[in-house]
Amino acid sequence: MAKYLLLKHYRGAPKGVNDVPMDQWTPQEVEDHIRYMNDFAARLEGTGEYVDGQALSPEGTFVRFDGEGRPPVTDGPFAETKDLIAGWMIIDVESYDRALALAGELSAAPGAGGEPIHEWLELRPLMGTPPTVTE
Amino acid sequence: MTGADELLLRELTPAVIGVLVRRGVDFATAEDAVQEALLQAALSWPDGRPADPRGWLVTVAWRKFLDAHRSEVSRRAREQRVEDEPPPGPAETVDDTLALFFLCAHPSLTPASAVALTLRAVGGLTTRQIAAAYLVPEATMAQRISRAKRTVADVRFDRPGDPATVRRVLYLVFNEGYTGDVDLAAEAIRLTRELAGRARDEETAGLLALMLLHHARRPARTRGDGILVPLPEQDRSRWDTALIAEGVGILQAALARDRLGEFQAQAAIAALHADAPRAEETDWPQIVGWYDELLRITGSPVVALNRAVAVGEADGAAAGLAALSDVDPGLPRYAAASAHLHEKAGDLAAAARLYADAARSAPTVPERRHLTGQAARVGQALRT
Repeated sequence: MAKYLLLKHYRGAPKGVNDVPMDQWTPQEVEDHIRYMNDFAARLEGTGEYVDGQALSPEGTFVRFDGEGRPPVTDGPFAETKDLIAGWMIIDVESYDRALALAGELSAAPGAGGEPIHEWLELRPLMGTPPTVTE
Repeated sequence: MTGADELLLRELTPAVIGVLVRRGVDFATAEDAVQEALLQAALSWPDGRPADPRGWLVTVAWRKFLDAHRSEVSRRAREQRVEDEPPPGPAETVDDTLALFFLCAHPSLTPASAVALTLRAVGGLTTRQIAAAYLVPEATMAQRISRAKRTVADVRFDRPGDPATVRRVLYLVFNEGYTGDVDLAAEAIRLTRELAGRARDEETAGLLALMLLHHARRPARTRGDGILVPLPEQDRSRWDTALIAEGVGILQAALARDRLGEFQAQAAIAALHADAPRAEETDWPQIVGWYDELLRITGSPVVALNRAVAVGEADGAAAGLAALSDVDPGLPRYAAASAHLHEKAGDLAAAARLYADAARSAPTVPERRHLTGQAARVGQALRT
């Protein structure tokens, strides 16, 4: 078994095929999209492959240390940074091929006009635990 | 609940499932009833372990089964037959553990399902413990187990199975390492002992020997901060000599029967490492010989990669690099092996670059840390 992270981007991924911003969809289209995502997660729980899924607010703040005894410095959000993560799902699957198939399915979530949005999802392996037998 | 009680419960689990199955309960239902009985034992045994723990578990599991069965809305004709508790007979003393091993490693199951089912039905672990060990939510693991049980629902319980499939499952469990609160490596060893005691074949003995020899080195494999310690740098005084002696003894008895297989060959390599009081006394030529055998048996590219490293130790870096040129560069850990051989050959610039590549593509965090450290070390040597 191997765990993979499916990353959804607000920004930074290549443009999907049916690339209408969500705020221009009808309420029904939004609802259908969300139901598709929820059904997908529920089905993966049923197959014993679901680990976690969360959506992220697009609004974020950058924070950094500013020296001993001083409050941290905050900045942003930076509209020009290329990458903005919208959310993730973590799956635990038997093979890379299975991970690809599931990512493809998630990318087919319906959007404007009830058509699949064909969005680009990023698939990243999680770093595992070292095997017991190495040499 | 003491550790001894918990271990006893886990050891009794497969036998109790076997009793229920022989009384005509289907495997999936029997397994559920026994899990319920284990939970009840966890509640009541702390007040005093029963005189006959196995009998107690059978009685409670049977009652749990009857309760569940009675509460079903659809009463089947079978119900009448099971209402009357069957008298204890010869069936109660038959050991069905081996049959359970075969069922839980049935070829129709995916590796992950077989692992989960084996840990629960043969190992007696709870779903929560298995989920924690594999870092997935309990609900996910529960589904994995119940789907696995549905998959093998129609498999005849008493059909002889293939020990090779069981060995593969146990090896997967062992190789998962040491995450979670259940020590999967120790659990794999316990279950492999059970299997070896029932299925007397050389390869199961070889697998047990391999596990014991690797387990013996565990105290020296990582530093306190989780950094991996490579074999040549391990403090050999921390290896468990009793485990090594046991592993070597089991391996020698198996090899004497002259039916070599991959686990015996792997155990032989592990034994040769364990035999060397200091890293520089390792018998590399003999290790290369065992890798040749292993390559002949498995044809595995990973074996070819490890063999190239061994050749580098036995016959020098140039020979190792020549052996490496026949290996698929796309393999995980190829860059790490190549870096090591280049450093040995004195090509520090290539080694530094390859260690950095290897660190970037390392599949686990401890390996990445280790390889980053190697890249830093060689890079520093280059600059001085």
